[in-house]
Amino acid sequence: MGFLDIKQATKSYGAVQVLHETNISIEEGEFLVLVGPSGCGKSTLLNMIAGLEEITTGEIAIRGRSMNGVKPADRNIAMVFQSYALYPNMTVSGNISFGMEMHGIPKPEREKRIAQVSDLLQISHLLDRKPGQLSGGQRQRVAMGRALVREPDVFLFDEPLSNLDAKLRVDMRTEIKKLHQKLGTTIVYVTHDQIEALTLSTRIAVMFGGYVQQLGTPKEIYDNPANMFVAGFMGSPSMNLFPAKVVSADGKAAAEVKLADGNTAAIPFANGMLSSSVGRDIVLGLRPEAITDQDGADRNSRAIHVVNAPVEVTEPAGSDTFVVSQIGGKDVTGRFRADVAVNAGETFPFAFNMEKAVAFDPQSENRIV
Amino acid sequence: MSTAPDTRAFDPTAAGAGSGRKILQTSLRPARVILYLLLALFCIYYLLPLYVMVVNSLKPLSEITAGGMMALPRDWTLAPWQSAWSTAQVGVEATGLRPYFINSIIMVVPAVALSTLLGALNGYVLTKWTFRGATVLFGLLLFGCFIPFQIVLIPMARVLGLIGLAGTVPGLIFVHLVYGIGFSTLYFRNYYAAFPTELVRAAQIDGAGFFRIFWRILLPSSGPIAVVCIIWQFTNIWNDFLFGASFSDFDSQPMTVALNNLVQSSTGVKEYNVHFAGAIMAALPTLLVYIVAGRYFVRGLMAGSVKG
Amino acid sequence: MSIADTANRPGAVDRLRDALPKLVLSPTVAIVAIFVYGFIAFTLYLSFTDSRILPSFGWVGWQNYHNLFRIRAWDTAVSNLVVFGVLYIAICCALGLLLAILLDQRIRAEGFIRTVYLYPMALSFIVTGVAWKWFLDPGIGLEAVVHGWGWESFQFDWIKNSHMAIYTIVIAAVWQTSGFVMAMFLAGLRGIDNEMLKAAQIDGASTFALYRRIVIPQLRPAFMSAFVVLAHMAIKSYDLVIALTGGGPGTSTELPATFMYSYTFTRNQMGIGAASAVIMLMTIAAIIVPYLWSELREKK
Repeated sequence: MGFLDIKQATKSYGAVQVLHETNISIEEGEFLVLVGPSGCGKSTLLNMIAGLEEITTGEIAIRGRSMNGVKPADRNIAMVFQSYALYPNMTVSGNISFGMEMHGIPKPEREKRIAQVSDLLQISHLLDRKPGQLSGGQRQRVAMGRALVREPDVFLFDEPLSNLDAKLRVDMRTEIKKLHQKLGTTIVYVTHDQIEALTLSTRIAVMFGGYVQQLGTPKEIYDNPANMFVAGFMGSPSMNLFPAKVVSADGKAAAEVKLADGNTAAIPFANGMLSSSVGRDIVLGLRPEAITDQDGADRNSRAIHVVNAPVEVTEPAGSDTFVVSQIGGKDVTGRFRADVAVNAGETFPFAFNMEKAVAFDPQSENRIV
Repeated sequence: MSTAPDTRAFDPTAAGAGSGRKILQTSLRPARVILYLLLALFCIYYLLPLYVMVVNSLKPLSEITAGGMMALPRDWTLAPWQSAWSTAQVGVEATGLRPYFINSIIMVVPAVALSTLLGALNGYVLTKWTFRGATVLFGLLLFGCFIPFQIVLIPMARVLGLIGLAGTVPGLIFVHLVYGIGFSTLYFRNYYAAFPTELVRAAQIDGAGFFRIFWRILLPSSGPIAVVCIIWQFTNIWNDFLFGASFSDFDSQPMTVALNNLVQSSTGVKEYNVHFAGAIMAALPTLLVYIVAGRYFVRGLMAGSVKG
Repeated sequence: MSIADTANRPGAVDRLRDALPKLVLSPTVAIVAIFVYGFIAFTLYLSFTDSRILPSFGWVGWQNYHNLFRIRAWDTAVSNLVVFGVLYIAICCALGLLLAILLDQRIRAEGFIRTVYLYPMALSFIVTGVAWKWFLDPGIGLEAVVHGWGWESFQFDWIKNSHMAIYTIVIAAVWQTSGFVMAMFLAGLRGIDNEMLKAAQIDGASTFALYRRIVIPQLRPAFMSAFVVLAHMAIKSYDLVIALTGGGPGTSTELPATFMYSYTFTRNQMGIGAASAVIMLMTIAAIIVPYLWSELREKK
């Protein structure tokens, strides 16, 4: 039993099921991120943890105590919303103390906590202002302050950074991470931004279509995606996914791919991968950083294989150059070092690091172990 | 300027059933029951006068004077309606309300059409061909919508007399047009303000001129606000009494004035049933418009007021 | 026609084209200038003259105003307006708010109920007056009905009672416009961010605290708007009074609007009538002008 247990939870609105059986268990102090595209069910799940939505079947428990039927105010949780949801007619200090007032915490204690939190978040000078007079980032902090003073068991974040501009978003992301490290709070965080998911979390639940596609640590999700959706969703630029056939080459299993100029290439797998699946059609997954120029390839890898392929476009991005070639009918992007002399239209050697390769079944889209 | 919220986005009538939020913890049955009870009670409050009018307009006079205003008719009869329409005594003539109903129609249609058209053109100019002082001008125009019309009665009576339109239906059309332009300009101006100016600029680059841009680009997309404007103007002008009472003579009086005359006549027996029938007749056009196009009616109300 | 061409066109046509928008606007400008502001000026002028049946231009200074405030009917009209105005606005707001809150609770048939609450706004005040006049009449209206049900001692003859008649006007006026106020508050309620209500739920606010501390304070713009519209309608009230009580019994339900009309057209005291109209205008201006000013300034 963990600190927060979600057991067989589902949610339906009438005949429409928006969340299928979900099982997640996290320990105290963990940072769980629910990530996925719009409509995947992540916000629904968060609202169910908060008690803002009723659970249809299953159970949600915090500290071993079942929360079914318990009102949000009694669950000892706090939430930070995408729109910050600050009360416009109250000052910052009024906003922060409102929850405590409603829970009957006496004034001296309230003042003490407000002082502590506003110090921590550096908003002490804003206490007498109203939300309308604050910038986006300041409102964000006030919203977090309001959550922090409640000293809850679980903090819930509902896409809190989506309304900020790009620079501010990166800064606040780091702030949230620092806060988590400092306070050791248990957090459940919803976002559609996979970078936030990877950078902030201790564990990620990738969701799609009302199902948890994969639950794991950031590294697990990144290196070993459970299916093609997770592979394509996480990481930017996303993982290359292109069709291949498992063939036998020099006694080892290899991925045979069709290049743009009509040639085929057989790229040997590493570590005996797929050796028993010769003849199978697969979808090969390789991240752009695993497809490089020869000298830029990972020195520690023992499975680099070079293929000469026609270059379709090059995208110099300053620190790297992204090079695209059509393989198996799909655009495959490799990440080359910036000073490599590669041009569109010519055939160029691509180094494939097959230690990082993953294979998926084309029909089920799941990873083939 | 918004003397109105974005009236297109806002539409409380668009939200269908069950779209409110459960703010009150109303998953409790007894609370919901009380809620619906209260709402029903108020429905009765609003519907009661209408009910009384309808029901009593279908009774013979004897039943009414015998009491029982609320009771359903024992002897259903349409005679009061016939009387109200064609034979009731309105003032000195016993013509029923029909000629005055027609007066109202003749008065309303041109006034609404013209003020809507002018309002559209004005809104167009004020937003897409704006100039320094346009906002001040608009403010002055807007103020004109709110003045108590008592302040213009005397001079208007004089002017109408001078141009020979005193006591005529065209005179009334003129008056309603003059005082309706403000509101229609308000509607169109706010609507066109939200209309992307880039489209106008693009059309200009394509070579379209002032009127062509209006006919071909703005007007075709003006459906919703035109309906709002028309409904609002129609309702206001049809329901008007002050101008009708001040500027019409007996032959040209509109329906509302005729109704009042019918009801206030102190000679003879008060035929309540006829009065009610007449009142319903007077109310029917606007009521029908409201029922059919209620959503636009509400938008008009909100736009004519302020931030809601 | 390219842009380059237009730059080389002769000046006159250009100027005509540039002037076109203003030309189109000018009829309206002329109309408003004459028939609104010109007429206001005219009536204002008349209020300083000795006009009786017809406008005359003999200057009498403030005399009309002095006389006005010594006329008992005007006194009654003004105090009636205060009583009526305050009650009308207060009750409409309270009722409108209550109905809006009730309707915001995810009600089935909300559309239908809203239609019912709002339909009186579509009626002429004359029709409303006719309906309520008989409803309030002791002889055949509510009092008679209740007597018929057996409760003999029930009394409801306010409309015939000179002290109470003004309250009947309040009743009918509230009936007519409370639906509109409800619509405004409902829009205001719907404009409240859902996430804020969720936050309040998590904060543990009881329903009462939620409304008192969070929802209602946010309805301030709606209150302002409702106040402005209702105040303005109260000052202009004419049709309803004429239809319901005719200003009576006696002059007990006289309002400035009815006063102006009767003094100008029936009693042939045009100067005084004009003065009363000017007072009405000033009162409305005192409410509307600051309001329009703040609205217009904001959008700029």
